Amino acid sequence: MLVKVAVNGEKHEAEVEPRLLLVHLIRENLRLTGTHIGCDTSHCGACTVLLDGRPVKSCTLFAVQAHGREITTVEGLEQDGKLHPLQESFMAEHGLQCGYCTPGMLMTSVAFLKKHPKPTEDEIRWGISGNLCRCTGYVNIVKAIQHAAATIQGGA
Amino acid sequence: MALRTTPEVGGMGHSIKRKEDPRFIRGKGTYVDDVVLPDMLYLDIVRSPFAHAKIKKIDSTKALAIPGVLAVITGQDLAKYNLHWMPTLMSDTQMVLPVEKVMYQAQEVAAVLATTRYGAADGVAAVEVEYEPLPVVVDPKKALEPGAPVLRTDKKDKKDNHIWHWEWGNRAETDRAFTEADVTVKQDIYIPRIHVASIETCGCVAHWDKVQDKLTVWMTTQAPHAIRTVFALVAGHVGLEEHKIRIISPDIGGGFGGKVPVYPGYVIAVAASVLTGKPVKWIEDRMENLQADSFARDYHITAELAAKKDGTLTALRIKTLADHGYTDAAANPSKFPAGLFHVCTGSYDLKAAHVEVDGAYTNKPPGGIAYRCSFRVTEAVHTIERMTDLMAHQLGMDPAEFRIKNFIKPEQFPYKSALGWEYDSGNYAGALRKAMDTIGYADLRREQVEKRQRGELMGIGISSFTEIVGAGPSKHFDILGLKMFDSCEIRIHPTGKAIARFGTKSQGQGHETTYAQILAEELGIPAKDIKVEEGDTDTAPYGLGTYASRSTPVAGAAAAVASRKILDKARKIAAHLLEAAPEDLVYEPGKFSVKGAPDRAKTIQDIAFAAYTNHPQGMEAGLEAVSYYDPPNLTYPFGSYICVVDIDKGTGEVKVRRFVAIDDCGNIINPMIVQGQVHGGLSMGFAPALYEEISYDEIGNVQGGSFIDYLVPTAVETPKWETGHTITPSPHHPLGAKGVGESATVGAPAAIANAVVDALWHLGVRHVDIPITPPKIWRLLREKGITE
Repeated sequence: MLVKVAVNGEKHEAEVEPRLLLVHLIRENLRLTGTHIGCDTSHCGACTVLLDGRPVKSCTLFAVQAHGREITTVEGLEQDGKLHPLQESFMAEHGLQCGYCTPGMLMTSVAFLKKHPKPTEDEIRWGISGNLCRCTGYVNIVKAIQHAAATIQGGA
Repeated sequence: MALRTTPEVGGMGHSIKRKEDPRFIRGKGTYVDDVVLPDMLYLDIVRSPFAHAKIKKIDSTKALAIPGVLAVITGQDLAKYNLHWMPTLMSDTQMVLPVEKVMYQAQEVAAVLATTRYGAADGVAAVEVEYEPLPVVVDPKKALEPGAPVLRTDKKDKKDNHIWHWEWGNRAETDRAFTEADVTVKQDIYIPRIHVASIETCGCVAHWDKVQDKLTVWMTTQAPHAIRTVFALVAGHVGLEEHKIRIISPDIGGGFGGKVPVYPGYVIAVAASVLTGKPVKWIEDRMENLQADSFARDYHITAELAAKKDGTLTALRIKTLADHGYTDAAANPSKFPAGLFHVCTGSYDLKAAHVEVDGAYTNKPPGGIAYRCSFRVTEAVHTIERMTDLMAHQLGMDPAEFRIKNFIKPEQFPYKSALGWEYDSGNYAGALRKAMDTIGYADLRREQVEKRQRGELMGIGISSFTEIVGAGPSKHFDILGLKMFDSCEIRIHPTGKAIARFGTKSQGQGHETTYAQILAEELGIPAKDIKVEEGDTDTAPYGLGTYASRSTPVAGAAAAVASRKILDKARKIAAHLLEAAPEDLVYEPGKFSVKGAPDRAKTIQDIAFAAYTNHPQGMEAGLEAVSYYDPPNLTYPFGSYICVVDIDKGTGEVKVRRFVAIDDCGNIINPMIVQGQVHGGLSMGFAPALYEEISYDEIGNVQGGSFIDYLVPTAVETPKWETGHTITPSPHHPLGAKGVGESATVGAPAAIANAVVDALWHLGVRHVDIPITPPKIWRLLREKGITE
């Protein structure tokens, strides 16, 4: 089947099997390997990308379901050489260790902060509860999201 | 610890930002599944639905008919090259692919090689295997009963399922102490089977290049050099000699011990690449990862503790049954089949101790690896901290005061334990008192009394753990004969920048940053000017790898020693440049100056340039050094944790209200990273205390084999950790550092379990095994007549 998608603002088309998972289209056909795979059951969220601005677990969608839609991956966060405030804050607050869950965590957080520009800690914890991290204990991820929220508010 | 360098240089004690992060936050790390080579093939594995069964027939016809499926590899195929079995790290044997029978559910049965990932999976689904089920042995106690089916029928003389008996300590003295004791407590403690569940699973890309006569394997390994040697020992006879093997450990998405062993998938991928001459990728999925990769723990412990009436502890006696699955594939130093379990006297001045462990075979996956812990230290700490608490409660003493009374005192260090370890340094009461002050211990005890009067269930739990890490001194520590040193090689370039390579491999710990800080501290070269590399056996010096919190204690020490070798030469070059005697120079990080004439000075950058452009006659050019560091002793990080729990009588849920962790890992390289390690460690202590377990039904079906029922905590359940530290340097480590990655995982479960028992003690509850799940507590409360 022919699938046409815009990924990080760039148009792509590919002839794919109907069963091809979106995450494999992104990682293997488009070679955007920042999006990771951590489980088979949509629990870990390492594969989270934005589909028309909404966070989705790309291991749980078929590529063809993204036909005609816009996808943003972690590679699309940096704009004109400027990092997204969340990328900056994850570094500043030591919100990552092995880095494997980080792209999914970032994409979930990007969408979360759009909906909740001034979140409480509990809202943040619920907001990222679809993304597992084994290294950080979440403490500094929460701080990083608070930090980015403040930056975005300050800049707005 | 006073800072010796400026923030710009970024030596020890500075929370500099991590050098790893710019690539990770852009999604530009390179993990093994990101490696793609031209003409690469994909390997997928057929796994057994039975826990114990004869393989009667493997029919590949339908699989081979699928377009893109190139081959189905079976044990028979590997047997032609004598590669169907391989040695484990404990010198037992493990099947790569079976010829006669399978020994656990999800064991590898055959492998499918195809041109695409999906094609390989189709092939797996189409392979038809005919099994004849055999009697299954799940319970290790039953495994050792007379008449139990003998599992290892491959071992000609094996007549039972007993693997080994190991004991340590003085039995007679310990027994005597128990006879003479005023008070004794005894408890069965089960520490269940769990899995590290790093978010990245395991996998590899194996590439045998016929023209170059070289095998390159990108693989998820914590110990690339040791793996290269193991590969050469296993497959040297078919032409894979060690100089033809290159192991590359790329970015690793969490290790925690699970990426130490050699799994069959790696070996099959290598064999498939050698046979086809093409690169072969094997990446396991989450269910394969949880169901077939090495487990941790699974210790059935019976512990006894003896004390005098006044609360002085006197002796500890432990018997343990270790369930190893169908082979002993633990990752332990070879001298210690139960790892460092005999650090089980913990933080207490016990005069006598004796510990026995028996290993048993069962129809379960092999392992006995660590879960972010140094060789069975969590098992040891959990046991002694539970038992100490039990004794304190039994005597009606406050568990904090009871601990302080029995701690090894600061002036007793170096302290020789009853089980033979020499603890390097400690101030246990200092850490516990700090934790008590931070959490407001006395107020919490008052609150607990009030709540109890109202019928509410609140508990306060303490864990004052002592770890043993940094394996280890060559006299006692080796894995498959390889001594457990580690290494650092430093090259200073003419322009004063440097590259340093290590025998370890970071999996998230931030080595690229902290190792650079050690060099910055010693040499005064800014950390930003130092490139750290690990994980490529063609370039890095040989080392035993990263696990058991050994990177800072061993390779970190090697970095200091190599730096000091460089400074010896730098001093001579500086003397030459300054026309002074070497002994007349004084050194501060980054600068030699003439004694009494501080203006006459040469920086390390000046010296580096001179080493290549103007070195003294008779001296070799260049500024490089290497150190293979053999630690004189292990290091003994410690800490005290206090946890407050509230228990919901209606649901049985345990809620961790507060958790204060005071850690002491000696001198600190990067406070930000140390705190991050403690946060992560606490979370991996919390997880098995309340949620995680892999268990089996009576016919060996795995429970907890996916993230649906293996409960890795999310940000919602995970407590808001409160951390702090004390600093007691290690006297024998060149930097006074001890290692920190695992302390919290080791110490936290006991604090939580002790808090739960503390909440329920007045109801007659003496012990609860982890994981302390709501159903477990709900049933317990109903048994005690509490119905809300």
